[in-house]
Amino acid sequence: MNLEYTFKVEGGNFSKAGVASSDVKKVLKKLNVGPKTIRRIVVSLYEAEINIIAHAYRGEILVKISENKVETTLKDSGPGIEDINKAMEEGYSTASPEVREMGFGAGMGLSNMNKNTDKLEITSEVGVGTTVKLMNWI
Amino acid sequence: MKVIDLVEEFDLKVFSGKNGLDREVGQGYVSDLLSDVLGNAQEDSVWITLQTHQNIVAVASLKDLAAIVLVNGLEPDNDSVEHSNREGIPILGTKLGTFEMAGMLYGSIKK
Repeated sequence: MNLEYTFKVEGGNFSKAGVASSDVKKVLKKLNVGPKTIRRIVVSLYEAEINIIAHAYRGEILVKISENKVETTLKDSGPGIEDINKAMEEGYSTASPEVREMGFGAGMGLSNMNKNTDKLEITSEVGVGTTVKLMNWI
Repeated sequence: MKVIDLVEEFDLKVFSGKNGLDREVGQGYVSDLLSDVLGNAQEDSVWITLQTHQNIVAVASLKDLAAIVLVNGLEPDNDSVEHSNREGIPILGTKLGTFEMAGMLYGSIKK
């Protein structure tokens, strides 16, 4: 089994947030993946999606589902992350006041992604963009 | 205990998501930070919040929450209502504040 899905993400457009995670959830449910594993996968995907919307200009999500794992790559064009270690700290955020008002930008997103993935890789170039890879065994 | 039992017991307004009123409730969570809910809420929880935009429905759906309760007489945005109807996750409302609502739900769910 090898399933692939791609999604486009528009920076700043919170009204479309969660489309990718919601679709992936439906697919994983049909594949009879356990509910706890599904929640981990979709929470990390949603957080990563929100990060693109909150910080970048645009991005693309590629989800690959195979027999025993889900691998997701989120690549954005955006400001990039200057200090990834700092960004990983719980409570650290560079989100705008508008984003915080919506209840995002509390500095918990990356640590949620870390907790809910079996492997997390972040690479970033300032002024160019960020690529996040999420991997979960299923 | 089901969502509908809480609606009746506390005279909550049902804004949307009527399909989900028969859902069992096991827990509660109180937060206005979406990442906090994503990180820490338990499945089958009733979630008390001040947030009214449609991302609350996405968060509730991804975490398998039972229902959302808006406090202080707040009303959901239009797209929250649509999304909630689609997902079958009820958005409920009360004029009470967070403290009172949480206390009452705690007493009822933990009984």
